[in-house]
Amino acid sequence: MTTRELTYVKAFNEGLHQAMAADPDVFLVGEDVAGYGGVFHMFDGLLTEFGDKRVKDTPISEQAIIGLGVGAAARGLRPVCDLMFMDFIGVAMDQIFNQAAKMKYMFGGGAVVPLTITTAGGGGMSAAAQHSQSLEAWLAHIPGLKVALPASPYDAKGLIVGAIRDDNPTIVVMNKKMLGVKGPVPEEIYAIPMGQANIVRAGTDITVVAIGRMVVEATKAAATLEAEGISVEIIDPRTVQPLDTPAIIASVKKTNRALIVHEAVEFGGIGAEISSQIQEHAFDYLDAPVGRVAAPFSPSPYAPILENAYMPDANRIAAGIRSVVGRG
Amino acid sequence: MTQTAAPSVQHGPSEGYADDVSRELVLELHRTMVRIRLFEEHSGKLVESGDMPGFLHLYVGEEAVATGVMSVFTDADQMTSTHRGHGHAIAKGAEFRPMFAELYGKTTGYCKGRGGSMHIGDTQKGMLGANAIVGGGIPIAVGAAFASQYRGDGTVAASFFGDGATNIGAFHEAVNMAAVWDLPVLFVCENNGYAEFTAQGNHMKLDDIAERAASYGIPGVVVDGMDVLAVRAVAIEAVDRAKRGEGPTLIEAKTYRFFDHQGIKGMRIPYRDPAEVEAWRERDAIKLLEAVGVARGLVSESEFAANWADTEAEILDAIEFARNSPDPDPADILDDVYSV
Repeated sequence: MTTRELTYVKAFNEGLHQAMAADPDVFLVGEDVAGYGGVFHMFDGLLTEFGDKRVKDTPISEQAIIGLGVGAAARGLRPVCDLMFMDFIGVAMDQIFNQAAKMKYMFGGGAVVPLTITTAGGGGMSAAAQHSQSLEAWLAHIPGLKVALPASPYDAKGLIVGAIRDDNPTIVVMNKKMLGVKGPVPEEIYAIPMGQANIVRAGTDITVVAIGRMVVEATKAAATLEAEGISVEIIDPRTVQPLDTPAIIASVKKTNRALIVHEAVEFGGIGAEISSQIQEHAFDYLDAPVGRVAAPFSPSPYAPILENAYMPDANRIAAGIRSVVGRG
Repeated sequence: MTQTAAPSVQHGPSEGYADDVSRELVLELHRTMVRIRLFEEHSGKLVESGDMPGFLHLYVGEEAVATGVMSVFTDADQMTSTHRGHGHAIAKGAEFRPMFAELYGKTTGYCKGRGGSMHIGDTQKGMLGANAIVGGGIPIAVGAAFASQYRGDGTVAASFFGDGATNIGAFHEAVNMAAVWDLPVLFVCENNGYAEFTAQGNHMKLDDIAERAASYGIPGVVVDGMDVLAVRAVAIEAVDRAKRGEGPTLIEAKTYRFFDHQGIKGMRIPYRDPAEVEAWRERDAIKLLEAVGVARGLVSESEFAANWADTEAEILDAIEFARNSPDPDPADILDDVYSV
């Protein structure tokens, strides 16, 4: 398998190109996804390659975009519906959580909804309270949905292909600040299945479960702490629904300590669920309370000085690790 | 169709729409409306008596709308429905046994007891589900119509919804998108005059909801929702237009709900004038069709009576079937949350 360096957004784009080439039932709709290629260039070149029947610009109508995907998916197509910014998901939420997520169950199994929703989340760009959110815990709470957060170019490609091939409504949350991050990506098409964690870095003293771009920040923190003699194991769940709990538990049983890191606000975040899982399944292995590093309970602020204080980063993660390792 | 003062609204169908109606068609439409009527009346009694669980929104009074539109659909054509959805399902070809079994919450139901009254769906028959969110099914029907256009398979879709649903954003987004892309879909507004308990005059400025079509650049047609032949004629025109690639039509069928928003007992709060209810009952769609059939010498009164009797027997069988069907096993509660 030939591998080369690609940016996160190019890797995603390549995966989408290849998935569409492989299956004529895959089509893409969203605001400015066709002529413009998407505001983040996630969809560059798709219109040229696949034409305006399969790559369509929509009105600014998030409910209709997702509803279109639900109806088309129920008829056997494999729609990719883009919501541009994750913050816009609220406009489409009824179609996501009451329709797409529940159709199979409500019909007693008599419907399959292979719908993929793409969107871009995360902060760090002074985009303020309505263009910076990380709402994965909202979505992970809904039975029937799957939620993926690629944290590398390799995963961006593998998870979009995996989502399209999955027979369930799946949301792929790209991270806006990672678009230009480079990494090795195989040329061939490949799919990462939902629910398979990635052990990003092996270590012995603490397990850090990091979500989305926080994997990058945690990796920086781990390098710093290595010099201090602390060996950090980093687990990227890749998908928060389904959650690869066995991988997390196995790691905690080895390291006996855990810290969870996400960009979303701490209260009610996915870290609360992961922490609870750890305590239910590995309580006797823990040498310290499970720690969390996440955003404070406020909307995302605009001023760079405020947003820097708001967003978890390598320094805050390192401090969190020291705190958990220093206990008990 | 006749143009009226409001330039965008047509009042359909055109003259002579019922001239060449066949005896077979009258019997078929009658049978479907009777099936809906009796299913609903029995369901209402079973819920009110406590024999059957759940919420129940009865379609009695509105039978001609689902029957007329679905009479021009095949199993390959797609349909989305509402919380008041039994009539749409029956008109689309749903069978009594799995319907009653679903209302009883049994494994033999359409949804294996997972959905109940408000979620009956059968993708094999083109039923993309009853829907307990007002307006929720409208964008889904647009998606089904998109699949028709994408595949070029000549099928069409319809979405049923009430007057109240035309005030929700999903309606606007979905109709506009379907219009922009000329999708083969019928938007069928069952205007029964009330959004739950709020009269139309208190929830919109318009008298004719079909006027809303103008804002999307599509035809809007008002039709008498108590005249099944008129509804069918308008639906035929809309389906033809959709199949020609000319896009959606908004059909407003003026109709009336004989029972309450929920249940069968009648008016629990005095939001409707009893004289108004009585006036609409005088225009009962089934009685109107029977009068047409007999007056034209197409169908005899005894043949209509046989439809009622045969349907009653079939319903009693289906209720018995449902009652005797196995309950779901709580151990299987997680089945079908995900496709695996």
